[in-house]
Amino acid sequence: MTDVNATTSPTVAPTFALVIGPGAVDSSANGLQAQAESFGFDVGSIRTLRLVHLRGDLSDTQLDELADRLLIDPVGQWWQHAADHLGGLEGDEPATRVVEVGLRPGVTDREGAELVRAAAELDLPVEVAGVGRRYLIASGDDDEAMAADDLERLAAQVLHNDVVERWAEGLLSPAFTDPSAKGGGIDTIAITDLDDDGLVEIGATRRLGMSLIELRAVQEHYREIGAEPTDGELETIAQTWSEHCSHKTFRGLLTTPEGQVDGLLKQYLRAATDAIDAPWVRSAFVDNAGIVAFDDTFDMAVKAETHNHPSALEPFGGSNTGVGGVVRDILGVSAKPVAITDILCFGPEGLAADDVPDGVLHPRRIRSGVIAGVGDYGNKIGVPTVAGAIIHDETYTTTPLVFAGCVGILPKGSHRTEPQAGDAIVVLGGAVGRDGVGGATFSSQSMGVETAEVAGSSVQIGDPIVEKGLIDVVCAARDAELYTAITDCGAGGLSSAVGEMAEHVGARVDLDLVPRKYPGLSPWEVWLSEAQERMVLAVPEPEAVLELARRWSVDAAVIGHFTGDGRLSVVDGSESLVDLDLGFLHDGRPRLELDAAPLATDRPDRSQVEIDPYAMVLRLLAHPSIRSNESVVRTYDHEVLGGTMTRPYGGVEGDGPADGAVLIPPGTSGDRGMVIGIGANVVIGRYDTEAMAWAAVDEAVRNAVASGADPKQLSLLDNFSWGNPTDPDTLARLIAATKGCHDAAIAYGAPFVSGKDSLYNEFVNPDGTRDPVTPTLIITALGIVDALDRVPVTGVVEAGDDVWLVGPAAGALGGSHLDDVLGADLGGAVPAPDPASGERHEQIHAAIGAGLARSVHDLAEGGLAVAAAEWALGGRLGLNLVPPDGSADFSTEELFGEGPARYLVEVAPADAEAFAALAPSARRLGTVSATGNVRIGGTLSVGLDRIHHAFVVEGQTPSAHDPSRGAAS
Amino acid sequence: MNPSVLIPIALGTNRNQDLADAFAAAGATTYQVPLQALRDGETKLADHQLLALPGGFSYGDALGAGRLLGLDLEGWFADQLQEARAASMPIFGVCNGFQALVRAGLLPGPDTEVALVENASARFECRWVSLDPEPGSHSPWLAGLTEPLRCPVAHGEGRLAATDRTVLQDRVSFRYVASDGFRAEGMYPANPNGSVDDVAGLTDETGLVIGLMPHPEDHVFARQDPLRGRNGGAGGGGNCLDLFRAGVAAVA
Repeated sequence: MTDVNATTSPTVAPTFALVIGPGAVDSSANGLQAQAESFGFDVGSIRTLRLVHLRGDLSDTQLDELADRLLIDPVGQWWQHAADHLGGLEGDEPATRVVEVGLRPGVTDREGAELVRAAAELDLPVEVAGVGRRYLIASGDDDEAMAADDLERLAAQVLHNDVVERWAEGLLSPAFTDPSAKGGGIDTIAITDLDDDGLVEIGATRRLGMSLIELRAVQEHYREIGAEPTDGELETIAQTWSEHCSHKTFRGLLTTPEGQVDGLLKQYLRAATDAIDAPWVRSAFVDNAGIVAFDDTFDMAVKAETHNHPSALEPFGGSNTGVGGVVRDILGVSAKPVAITDILCFGPEGLAADDVPDGVLHPRRIRSGVIAGVGDYGNKIGVPTVAGAIIHDETYTTTPLVFAGCVGILPKGSHRTEPQAGDAIVVLGGAVGRDGVGGATFSSQSMGVETAEVAGSSVQIGDPIVEKGLIDVVCAARDAELYTAITDCGAGGLSSAVGEMAEHVGARVDLDLVPRKYPGLSPWEVWLSEAQERMVLAVPEPEAVLELARRWSVDAAVIGHFTGDGRLSVVDGSESLVDLDLGFLHDGRPRLELDAAPLATDRPDRSQVEIDPYAMVLRLLAHPSIRSNESVVRTYDHEVLGGTMTRPYGGVEGDGPADGAVLIPPGTSGDRGMVIGIGANVVIGRYDTEAMAWAAVDEAVRNAVASGADPKQLSLLDNFSWGNPTDPDTLARLIAATKGCHDAAIAYGAPFVSGKDSLYNEFVNPDGTRDPVTPTLIITALGIVDALDRVPVTGVVEAGDDVWLVGPAAGALGGSHLDDVLGADLGGAVPAPDPASGERHEQIHAAIGAGLARSVHDLAEGGLAVAAAEWALGGRLGLNLVPPDGSADFSTEELFGEGPARYLVEVAPADAEAFAALAPSARRLGTVSATGNVRIGGTLSVGLDRIHHAFVVEGQTPSAHDPSRGAAS
Repeated sequence: MNPSVLIPIALGTNRNQDLADAFAAAGATTYQVPLQALRDGETKLADHQLLALPGGFSYGDALGAGRLLGLDLEGWFADQLQEARAASMPIFGVCNGFQALVRAGLLPGPDTEVALVENASARFECRWVSLDPEPGSHSPWLAGLTEPLRCPVAHGEGRLAATDRTVLQDRVSFRYVASDGFRAEGMYPANPNGSVDDVAGLTDETGLVIGLMPHPEDHVFARQDPLRGRNGGAGGGGNCLDLFRAGVAAVA
C-alpha cells in the first residue's frame, strides 16, 4: 500500500530507478523473441531486465543493502542505476534499442507493495515502489538499430499492453500516484425536465448503457419523488439494471413466430429444474452459485462465469480476474473452492498480422495472455485447475471468449443468507481504486475499434494472494457462525454487493470508512469501482471478524450497517451520495421486450465426397479444437489440495486426454469423489443451436459418466456467450438453444442449478457492420462417484482386453468436425437427440460400478477414429477393431460421425458375459493389441507415433509466454 | 503421544492442508498456524517437535519465490529457529517452503551462492516426476528409502543453480531420475526445471533440515497415483508416505 502519510513531510524523498540483470541463468528471452518473429519482426534478440522504481530517503549503503537483500539472486545477478545502462549491456553492438515498460498509475502492483513492506522489515525507508521491465532489443541487422516505427509497433504488439501499462524508449518516469490528489464531489444530474434526446445524451456521455425506455422509467421515478438523481444514484441504477447484473434478456418477454416466451430463464431453464424436482438440489438460480448435495455432511457449490470483454483487451488481466471472480462466487455461498475449470475460445493462431482488425489483439497474443492469466490465479490461490477445453472459430478473433468455472464444498446447511437490521456491513479484502469502474455496464455492451480506449478503467489485474486470504477468513468465519449473509463484490463493486444484500432490509454506508488504494477518488467511484478480491459480510458482532481478518493478514473494515428501513443510503461525510428506494432499484426496471425471427434449420442433403481416412484422422487429431492441450495444462497446477484422482491428461506418458475430472474434496470422508464433465460443440451450433444444446448436454453428461459419475445424480450449469439479442435472428437461435437445454435436462433428469449468459459478444466494425460471435454454449455437469477403486483409468490398459462400443455404430456427419477440417458444410443431418441415450449412460455406470470397465473413453469430436487414437495413445498400446457386421470396412459415418451417448469400453475377456448383460446396447468391436498400431478394419491403420505427432506435436504454438507477465511464479 | 508438527501459513501459502494430511497419515498431530498468530505468540516453535514449511506462493512470490518468507524467518523467528536447531528439531520445507529455507540460509543458500531460479522452460510446470533418494546421505529423513519416489512438481522457480556445484557435495537429498530409474541427466521433462546435476532437494550438514521442490505430500495415498490401475496394481501407489514416516521417526 502507498504510504499516504509521507505527503505531510515538507520535502519529497528522492526517486531511484534500478535495473536488475538476469545473471548466469536467463530463460526469459526465448519466448518473447519467438513471439516477435511470429509477428514478422526482424529481431536479433530481445533480452529482459527487471526495472524497479523507488521513492525513499535511502543512503548509498542502504540502497546497496536493499538491492542485495530484496532484489538480486546470489547466482550471478547484478543491479545498476537505470540511467547508467542506457547503452545496453557490455559488448552489445550499438544497434541495441532500449524500451522500458511499467504499470499505469493505480493498477494493482503486488510486487511494489511487497517491496515497501519488506524494506520496512529491514528498517529501510521506502515510501513507494513499483516494478516494470526493460527490454534490450537488437535488430536482425547488425549495423542498424530497429526503425522507430517498427519499435513502436513492437512495443504495441509484443512488449506491453496499453490498457494497463505505459512504455517509453529509454528511461520511463515512475508512475507513483499523486498522494495529494483530490477527488471530485457529488454531482446532481438534472433529468426530470429533459426530453428524449436529452436523456439519450446523458446515457451516452456517462456510458450508462441504458435504453431510452429505461431512462424514461428513471426520469418518471424522479419526477414522482420530486428530486433529481445524484451521479452516484444514476450509476447505481445503471449497474443494477445492466444486462450483466439483471439478465434482462433472459428475463425479458420474447415474441417469436410460434408465440411468446415468458422469460428464457423462467420458461426453460428454471422450468426444467422445477419439473425434475431433484432431491439433491439445495439451491438453484437464487444465489451467487448453485448448491447441491455431496453427501450427508457436505454440499457442493458450482458456478461458471464469462470474462470475455476484459480478456479481449487485456488477456492476462481479463482471464486472471475472471478466475478470481468465479472463485469469489463460490466463496459468496460460503463454500471453500476446490476445483477450477476453464474453457477458452480463440481465433486462428496462424492469422496474418494484416488480417487482424484495428483495435483487436492477435489471437496468439490473446491466447498466451489468457492462458497465463488463468494459470497465475489458480496456481496462486492453490485451487487445482482440473478440466477445460480450448475451442477455435474464426469469429473468436474479434470476440475471444473466456469461461471460468469453480466448484466448492461447504458443510451442509452452513450458508446463511439473511442479513438482519443492525448487522454491521464488513468489507473484507482489497481496497478500492479507480480500476474496475463501470465493469458491469462495459461488459453488457458491444465492442468496437475504440473500446480499448474507453474501457481501460474497467479492466483490472488480479491479486490472487489476497483472495487466498479471503478463503481462509471466510471459511473460519462461517465455521464460527460469525455472519448472517455474505456476497462478493463483483462488477458494480459495493453498489451491487450492498444493494443486493440490502434488498429486503435496507442499508446505510459511510464512504469515509471504505479503505482506498490511493487518494483522489470521487465518491461515486468509491461506491461503484469493482476492485477484485473483496467480500461483503453482514455481521452481528464485527469485532470477532476483524480479529480473524487480522490473524490471517487480510484487510477488513466496517463501512456501515443494515437498517431495516428498505432504503439504500450512502453518505460521504455530511453529504448524501445515494438515497434510493430499494423497491424501485430492484423492481423498477421496465421489462425488456424483444422480437425473434423465424428459425430456419432445414439442412441440405449431404453431398458425397471421397476422403482419405488416414489423412483425415491425422488432420482431425491436429484440429485446433481437438488436439492436445497438455502443454497448456502443464502450466496449471492440477494437483494442489492432494485430492485429484483423474487429471486432464493421464495414461502411461501423461498425454492421453481424460474425459472428466475426479477429485476427493479436502475435508470430506474420502469415500466419495466429485466428478466434473464439460460439453460444448460450436460446429453444430452454426447450423442448429437446439441440436448444439443437446450435444453439449450429452457431452457433459458423457464425460462425467465415463469418469465414474452416477447419471442419476447429475447437476448442470449453462453458460451462453452470444451475439446481440436485439437482432431477431440471433435471438431466435438463442431461444432454440435454451429450449434444447430444457429438453435435454428433462430427458436426462439432470437439473440446471446455475448459469450465466453473456450477450452482446459482437464486434462493431468502423463501417458500422457487426460481426457476432458464433453461438457458444458450454455445459458443465457435476456429479458424484462412490466406487473410487473402480474409477476407470485414462487410456487403454492391457493388450488382449476386449474393446466394446456402446451406442450406435454410425454417427451424423452434418456439423461434424470432419466437415470443419474439410472447410465446407457438406450438408446432411446434424446429430439428433436419441431417446435411448439415457439408458446407455446408465449402462456405462452399471459396468463401472461392477468393476468391469477398466478404461472408458467417449466418442466426441471426430467420432470413433479420433476416440480410438486418443485412447490407444494414452495406454501406449494398439487397437484392432473390426466392423460388427462382419464386413471389412468401416463407413465414413462409422469412422467420423458424431452423436450422443457413444463410448468405447475396455473389458477383460473373462468379464465379457457379465458386461454384455449389464450393457445390452454394447457390441464387441475388437481387442487391445500390443502392436503399436490402431487398426480400424481394412479402412484405417495408423501408428502411435503418427498419432502422437498429429495430436501432440503438430500445430503447437512456440510457447505460452505472456509478454506482459513473464512466465515464472 | 504423537509428535506435534507446526505448519506455518504465510499470506499466499496454499499447500498447508496437503502437508498436514501427509504428516497426519504418518502418525503426527499437525498445527496449521498463520504467521501473524505466531508473531502474536499464540504458539511457538518450542511447543512442537517438527517444523514443516508448506508450498504455495508466500507474498505472491514477489521479489522472487520464497524471498520474503525467508526474510520473515530470519527477522521475526531467528531466535526460535536457533533454539530449535540446538534441540535437533527436524525441519522440512517443500516447494515454497524449500525456497524460503534456501533464502534464509538454513539450507545451502546465498552464503554459498546457491539459489532456486526460474525454470529453464520459463514456465510453471505441473507434472509427475521420479526422485531418487541420494545414496550415502545420512539424513534421517531418507532412512529406509530405497526406491524412487513419484510425486508431482508444481512450480515456476525451481531450477537449482549454484555458482560452484562442489558446494552441493553431501548436501543433496533427492535427484530427478527418468522413469527407468536412471539419472535424468538434465533431460526435460524428467528433470522438469533444468536443475544442476538433477538436484531436486537439499539437506543441511546435520541432515535434520531437508527441502525439495517436488510435492511428496501429494502422493501419500494410492488413489492419488496417476498410474493407478496399471501394471497389475504394482508401482508403489502412495509411496511418498515413507518419507513422512521417516521424518516423524526422526523426532528425538
